[in-house]
Amino acid sequence: MSIPLLSTLIFFPILGGLSLLIVPRQQTATIKIMALIVSLIEFALCAPIFLLFDKTTFAMQFVEVHPWIKALHINYALGIDGISVLFLLLTALIIVLSILVSWQSITTKVQEFFISLLLLEGAMMGVFCATDFFLFYIFWEAMLIPMFLIIGVWGGPNRIYATVKFFLFTLVGSLLMLVGVILLYQNGGHTFDILKLAGQPYSLKLQLILFWAFFAAFAVKVPMWPVHTWLPDAHTEAPAAGSVILAGVLIKMGAYGFLRFSLPILPDATREMMLPMLVLSVIAIVYGAVICLAQTDLKRLIAYSSVSHMGFVTLGMFAFNQHGLEGAILQMINHGVVTGALFLAIGMIYERTHTREIKAYGGLATTMPVFAGFFLLFTLAAVGLPGTNGFIGEFLILLGSFERAPWTAVVAASGLILGAWYMLWLYQRIFFNEVNEAMHGLKPLDLREILTLLPMVLLIFWIGLYPNALLGFLHVSVGHLLDQVNGLGLAGQAAPLTLALHP
Amino acid sequence: MIASVAVNWTALEPVLPELLLIGVAVLLIGFDLFLPRQRQLLPWLTVIGCLTALAMVLGARPAVGFGGMLLADGYAMVFKSICLGAVILTTLMSGRFCAVIGLRQGEYYSLTLLSLVGMLLMAAAGDLMTLYLGLELMALPIYALVGLHKRDGRTSEAAIKYFLMGGFASALLLFGMSLVYGLTGTTEIARIAEVITARQLTANPALLLALGLLLAGFGFKVAAAPFHLWTPDVYEGAPTILTAFMSVAPKAAGFAVFGRVLYLGLPALHDQWGPILAVLALLTMAVGNITALCQQSLKRMLAYSSIAHAGYALLGLLTGTIEGLAAAMTYLVMYLFMNIGAFAVLMLLAAPGRAGESLDDCKGLAARNPMAAALMLVFLFSLTGIPPTGGFIGKFYLLKAAFAAGYTATVVGAVLFSAISAYFYLRVVRYMYMDEPQQTDVLHVSPGMSAALGLCLLGVLGLGVFPGSLLDWTLAALLGM
Repeated sequence: MSIPLLSTLIFFPILGGLSLLIVPRQQTATIKIMALIVSLIEFALCAPIFLLFDKTTFAMQFVEVHPWIKALHINYALGIDGISVLFLLLTALIIVLSILVSWQSITTKVQEFFISLLLLEGAMMGVFCATDFFLFYIFWEAMLIPMFLIIGVWGGPNRIYATVKFFLFTLVGSLLMLVGVILLYQNGGHTFDILKLAGQPYSLKLQLILFWAFFAAFAVKVPMWPVHTWLPDAHTEAPAAGSVILAGVLIKMGAYGFLRFSLPILPDATREMMLPMLVLSVIAIVYGAVICLAQTDLKRLIAYSSVSHMGFVTLGMFAFNQHGLEGAILQMINHGVVTGALFLAIGMIYERTHTREIKAYGGLATTMPVFAGFFLLFTLAAVGLPGTNGFIGEFLILLGSFERAPWTAVVAASGLILGAWYMLWLYQRIFFNEVNEAMHGLKPLDLREILTLLPMVLLIFWIGLYPNALLGFLHVSVGHLLDQVNGLGLAGQAAPLTLALHP
Repeated sequence: MIASVAVNWTALEPVLPELLLIGVAVLLIGFDLFLPRQRQLLPWLTVIGCLTALAMVLGARPAVGFGGMLLADGYAMVFKSICLGAVILTTLMSGRFCAVIGLRQGEYYSLTLLSLVGMLLMAAAGDLMTLYLGLELMALPIYALVGLHKRDGRTSEAAIKYFLMGGFASALLLFGMSLVYGLTGTTEIARIAEVITARQLTANPALLLALGLLLAGFGFKVAAAPFHLWTPDVYEGAPTILTAFMSVAPKAAGFAVFGRVLYLGLPALHDQWGPILAVLALLTMAVGNITALCQQSLKRMLAYSSIAHAGYALLGLLTGTIEGLAAAMTYLVMYLFMNIGAFAVLMLLAAPGRAGESLDDCKGLAARNPMAAALMLVFLFSLTGIPPTGGFIGKFYLLKAAFAAGYTATVVGAVLFSAISAYFYLRVVRYMYMDEPQQTDVLHVSPGMSAALGLCLLGVLGLGVFPGSLLDWTLAALLGM
């Protein structure tokens, strides 16, 4: 392998974004088309990775290592395994769709918007590829700048409050993680290589300190209860593309951080902290769902449902078994697809009505039948109807958590019921009931919008009907991760799961 | 009788850059007096002089001059480069700004250069005498510079304040130095360390008093809390171009002598000055960052932010390790680019009859001039310490060094204050990008200003992405010390 595929994935969108600077500001059409082309090429670049990926090994693949800052033993080290490969695809897809959904809704500072979007894509790719903790941190923090601007410049009326809150929450968490990273460096043999950092015998006390330092960064990003409060504000005020990226990729990074760092590097502390983490997850599931019932704002409701769904992800993750972990990773992808799709759809309807109040809607099924069809599908996937992808993820997570601690599965399952309640009720209030005056004469979906939603529909059914397409990527890497968490002595528990789920 | 005195001209080699700069300064005065029509050439003459001096500094071999009075070593080279860089950048920016506010140009450039000579002497000082000589040579022209803009009442107040406070600090410093001399019988910094160890003076109360006085004196010079009280007023009152210069160059020179005295002269007292500096650093960060939160003037906010950054740099100094000192030096290089860059954008906002210093003035800058807003964005994120900018690498290196030296609590404090600082830096970004412009006039960017902004951007991003050579440079400079 002589072509540095992962570096290309990271730097192509960054260079593509900067190349937009050449285009005069007034030529917004050219800027949009260039941005779309860049994102499509980036998506195409993921294909070789998807095809060449070796599913039979847990070792890092497509590895690139170059010394970067020798004085501090920092390497430019990239690599992906089964845990990260799917997120690259998800990121590339989400960015393409975000550009499409912003086609008409972004009217001011167009050039800056698409540059921010592409720079953000590069940084997100970097987060999923980095195997050097310092490099990871660079990308992790660098994401903040474009996201801060995307919410703050192109967001809703209360955007400034939301974006500052988002920035400060994340920054405080990240800085505490930075202290943890330095502490780890001092005690882990003066290296930032996460493969070398894992599997070293750290004392339990050190592990616990590090676990909470990392928790500060990752839990805020997930977001776990009780540090979730930035998410509803950020989601609500962000432009459609911002919400889609937040829901689709950004909040997955918290969970990814747990998987990549906390679990393998700090196995003792993770096992020690299992119970508190499970409790927090269950609280998030139920709390998020109950809050959803009280929302009057469309985007805010979906935002709180994210808190609930991410509770499922952390629940599966801290169950520490093959079912739970695979379910968690799959559910991260699912949630990215489904909630991303919901935010795309809401962005489209918001462009027409300019309101997020649920009360202002009603009877949309009569006036926009095609849109209603799409939205119904996304709603059912969010509820977890068998046959859609949501079912597979939630089922695996419940299975895993039941194996670990049955009561968590019992409480979490109530989240599913509440989920069906608030989502279907939402659907009823928006699409059925009497036709609201303001809903007459809305423009039906055009081709661009249908093409934006269609990939999500395909993914929902593809994952829902043939989950092994994605689970196949996970088995070996998750098994290895379990070995690391449980210590090699318990490897027997981690036999690869050969489960073919048929609805 | 004309006796042929044998002058050893080679002895002057270590001070050649300083002599060159004095020559240029005199030339500038003459130029200003006799060729008043060619005044627009003054900044370029200054820049050329400084660039030549910079080349000489970087090309010089390590040397000890005047029997140990001057140490032209790698350590001095780094600090000299920072001070020269600050003068070059601010001079590039000055042309139009001086015209806008009506500042006398001839005096401005020659006084800056004379002050620069003082800083270069400080950076290379190997003896308390040369140290003090450099310090006063640096400070006196700046007192005059601050008051140069006679028509503005604020500047006169600032000049008086700075002069009185600076004189007070010098007195403290002198008192401390005289105590050290009395105890050790030498003013040569390297010898002081030897005598302290030989006579086991570490527990001597007079020496501790001297240490306290020295710390207070240096604390004034680098504007560390609680000796920072002059800073906001002086920085706000002085013309912005001078504030940009003052917030970097004299501070760097102050850190140069601070480090030299503590590391070369008083390493035996590290158990004392380490914890004291840790407290000072935390206090400085707290005062700088928290007070900056509630400023309405962008210039005053940047003044407080520069106080906070002195606190971060102290974090490296207090470790007592080579790595810590290297980190502090690295940070000052990063700080040179990001801070002067931020001030440069602030200067762009000035227009005839309007200071352009308040936060309201930067409202909607992204709409008025997208490029200037984008540059300011980069500089502010660098000051906050967000990757991939130089500010992050610098801060990371400092935290790592302080952590390795065992100052865990100080590191955690620094991290939290750094998070607080994000709020006020972001506020500027918010005003630039998320508000409507209040003025609509076009910003005028002179060629010199573009060059300075370009250099600052290159410094901030280039050192953020490829910091390796800078880190190696500062470390190598120290290992030769």
